[in-house]
Amino acid sequence: MALELQSVSKNVDGETHISDVSVRCNPGEFNVLLGPTLAGKTSLLRLMAGLDEPSAGRIMMAGQDVTGLPVRKRDVAFVYQQFINYPGFSVFDNIASPLKIAKISKDEIAARVEKVADLLGLTPFLQRKPLELSGGQQQRVALGRALAREAELVLLDEPLANLDYKLREELRAELPKLFQNTGSMVVYATSEPEEALLLGGQVIVLHEGQVQQAGATLEVYNSPASLQAAMTFADPPLNVLPAIKSDAAEVKSLDGDLTLKVNGNASAVAEGAKCTVGFRPHQLGLARTSECEVELKGRVTLTEITGSESFIHVEAVGERWTALAHGIHAPEVGAEVSLFLDPETAFVFAGGAGNG
Amino acid sequence: MQRTKNQKAWFLVLPVFLLVAFSAIIPLMTVVNYSVQDSFGNNEFFWVGSEWFVEVLNSDRLHDAFGRQLMFSGIILAIEIPLGIWIALKMPKKGWAVSVCLVLMALPLLIPWNVVGTIWQIFAREDIGLLGHTLAALGVDYNYTQDTLSAWITVIVMDVWHWTSLVVLLCYAGLSSIPDAYYQAAKIDGASKWAVFRHIQLPKMKRVLTIAVLLRFMDSFMIYTEPFVVTGGGPGNATTFLSIDLVKMAIGQFDVGPAAAFSIVYFLVVLLVSWVFYTVVTASDAEDQS
Amino acid sequence: MAEIHLKDIAHAYVPGEYALKSMDHIWQDGSAYALLGPSGCGKTTLLNIISGLLKPSEGQVLFDGKDVTGADTAHRNIAQVFQFPVIYDTMTVRENLAFPLKNRGMAPADINGRVEEVAGLLEISDRLDSRATGLTADAKQIISLGRGLVRTDVNAILFDEPLTVIDPHLKWQIRSKLKDLHRQFSHTMVYVTHDQTEALTFADKVVVMNAGEVLQVGTPEDLFERPAHTFVGYFIGSPGMNFLDVELDGSRAVLGDQSIDLKQAPAKKSGVQLGIRPEFLDFADQGISCQVTSLEDLGRHRIASVSISGQSAKVIVPSGKPVPSENAMLSFDPDHTLLYTDGYLEESLR
Repeated sequence: MALELQSVSKNVDGETHISDVSVRCNPGEFNVLLGPTLAGKTSLLRLMAGLDEPSAGRIMMAGQDVTGLPVRKRDVAFVYQQFINYPGFSVFDNIASPLKIAKISKDEIAARVEKVADLLGLTPFLQRKPLELSGGQQQRVALGRALAREAELVLLDEPLANLDYKLREELRAELPKLFQNTGSMVVYATSEPEEALLLGGQVIVLHEGQVQQAGATLEVYNSPASLQAAMTFADPPLNVLPAIKSDAAEVKSLDGDLTLKVNGNASAVAEGAKCTVGFRPHQLGLARTSECEVELKGRVTLTEITGSESFIHVEAVGERWTALAHGIHAPEVGAEVSLFLDPETAFVFAGGAGNG
Repeated sequence: MQRTKNQKAWFLVLPVFLLVAFSAIIPLMTVVNYSVQDSFGNNEFFWVGSEWFVEVLNSDRLHDAFGRQLMFSGIILAIEIPLGIWIALKMPKKGWAVSVCLVLMALPLLIPWNVVGTIWQIFAREDIGLLGHTLAALGVDYNYTQDTLSAWITVIVMDVWHWTSLVVLLCYAGLSSIPDAYYQAAKIDGASKWAVFRHIQLPKMKRVLTIAVLLRFMDSFMIYTEPFVVTGGGPGNATTFLSIDLVKMAIGQFDVGPAAAFSIVYFLVVLLVSWVFYTVVTASDAEDQS
Repeated sequence: MAEIHLKDIAHAYVPGEYALKSMDHIWQDGSAYALLGPSGCGKTTLLNIISGLLKPSEGQVLFDGKDVTGADTAHRNIAQVFQFPVIYDTMTVRENLAFPLKNRGMAPADINGRVEEVAGLLEISDRLDSRATGLTADAKQIISLGRGLVRTDVNAILFDEPLTVIDPHLKWQIRSKLKDLHRQFSHTMVYVTHDQTEALTFADKVVVMNAGEVLQVGTPEDLFERPAHTFVGYFIGSPGMNFLDVELDGSRAVLGDQSIDLKQAPAKKSGVQLGIRPEFLDFADQGISCQVTSLEDLGRHRIASVSISGQSAKVIVPSGKPVPSENAMLSFDPDHTLLYTDGYLEESLR
């Protein structure tokens, strides 16, 4: 039943959209496809759906080669960023539409639609037209169509991107639960790292058409395989510091002013070689929390307040970094602040920041 | 998208290809065929090469008709385009009045060409026409069957009445696509009405205006029915435009060869002018984007 | 620059149906405000009343004490940046910036000096002579802002969700530029948005609206620590504030068979909710017992969903701290345990 992409590439007009991608999705798994705009998320979803054919490579479904098989012969559901429903159909008929095409008995259709509507909280609106509903409800109808048909493969292309912030928060919490018991393979494309973390499951980190890393979401977040994977899976941006490995357990910044005792984290880097130290905003604090932290001086350029956390943009050691403070903290712009970093939690990647 | 690996698609294109062949390509080739041959009847044809073209291009008759045609198209464009823009600007933007105006505007466009001609032919008659009679009663020397100027004015006013609506509708569509924020920003910037027109409305209408000018140019350049019904090309040859002349030549005198050469030249002129116009406008458009 | 006083303003598009309920608010001279709320809450209506696009059905608009209720946009000397960039396609960047000054009849030499100065501030001096049409959305928004900044007579600058069409990674650059400009010019600024991060990052004071009503005007700290209404608690912060229905027994809040000691005893006894942010709940050795129903790991911290006597709540757990699987106890930070009656914060706690 698993979906497997084997060295799949896709070129359009001489441009590479997808380059040598091999991934495997298992039944019942919630897979998050994470990458910035233009990373090739939609291209990959279209290949998985069979809307496009790959230029090279094979697509296997349950061990069978389905590479050339058109989408209507596959068992796939697709939900888009835009709220796409049949405007003339009622909510009931919208959800029932794929079942009618599949020639399922009327009673069965009614039962399934009712079940799905109940799950999505759409029961009171079944007789309304989609345009009479709010954006969140419209997208629920589109999700309902995907749920009701119980497809083997459900593809979701940034389905929450057009919704208000709070609505997004609510639907995002519901989504993995909705698909949990269907046995479908779900692939959910998003450009927001935060969303990937909230959804959990498995993650495929995509950058410029190439898979940077794939695996359990938290594992990828906590131990990125490359600088690029760490940068793609980071919002706000990853803090980086170009450095040189000066000792078995130490790295020095390029100007030599800052020495970080990274211990075992730099084991992959040869001594004396260039490397890049990366750490996330929550690893850079405004208050000391442990003995091993290094204190750095920085100048505040802006504070972004999300409502329960503050991201403080600073200039320190000649770099632009972001520190995280819980709660609301808004130091004056231009103020000098102390920053605390535990070097042992930082990632150290071989090579410079530019070619990472 | 994936390229197909078979030739099946050609069969799907075939019906369209056949239709175009019968409706356009074959008649056009017949005309080309006539233009290089002469006939004395009995379906016997002789090859004459470019003779008809040389004759047609050197004929004063064509030159005169061509000059009249250019003048006519120039005048109606000079009237209809500014007038159309002006009316579009004055039209209401919302409420029930919008639909009323749009229907009123669309009315002349729905009337068949020959009916328009007939309406004006009667309307402008001195004896029974409302316009002609009123003008005569006011002492204005107006008679489109005798006087060249009167004939021209009648034909031009008729065309303006018939076709300005098209320009209005196109411009109105262009204007209503301008977001409100532009007008608000202009107000905030203290822009005058003229500045709003010059810097917001006109640039945003540019694309539809291009289409309006092209359509009106091609249509007026090929005008036949209305002046034929009203003036029959007269008085004398005063309102004999290219297509009227062509019909006279082909049907009236049965000079099929010269008429065919004439039509090809005519066709090429329309094509050339439209192409030049289109290229110039799209080039300036591309410049805007860079 | 001016102080803007909305005196007993209310607006109904259809008589009787108030899109904006009666309010009285003073926008202090030189402050940066954000108008925050979900779509359809009346924030755009309020903005249009300030800008003069809409005449309120009740009340007066005063600029520095002068009644401008009947004056239109052009006569209020406000500048506005719209959701979608508005630039004059036919003009260069320089002509765009000069346009409002030219229209007001300023001498060409003065115009040029002023345009150069503002272009320097906005860091667009190098593209002054390029055509404005070909620029990216963020550059166009900067130019729209520039057309407001060149004027010296501006009373206030209004922003209507100006970052909607801006690429995410450019947003914080524009935010920091806006903050910077506000510090330099101290214009009165009003910024409309539905995005809490944008509002809290930009403003000195945030005006939270819902259903045509202003629920709270306060600093980001106020909104986080002392939400004046349950909606503010829910809307600000992710996850939002927890609300638990409680019975009152003297100065104790009763939750099923457990109770929490409160700092003060409220006057009203029914329709009371206890509000506490997930940040101020902590797993401890003693306190209120609860069941952990699920745990989400966000990398930097975890969010535990718990059930307290049948009511659900969220708890933020710092990474590294263990989450008990059985016999979990929650401690409520007494300084951040708030009480709400009929949705509004207990008066004694304000």
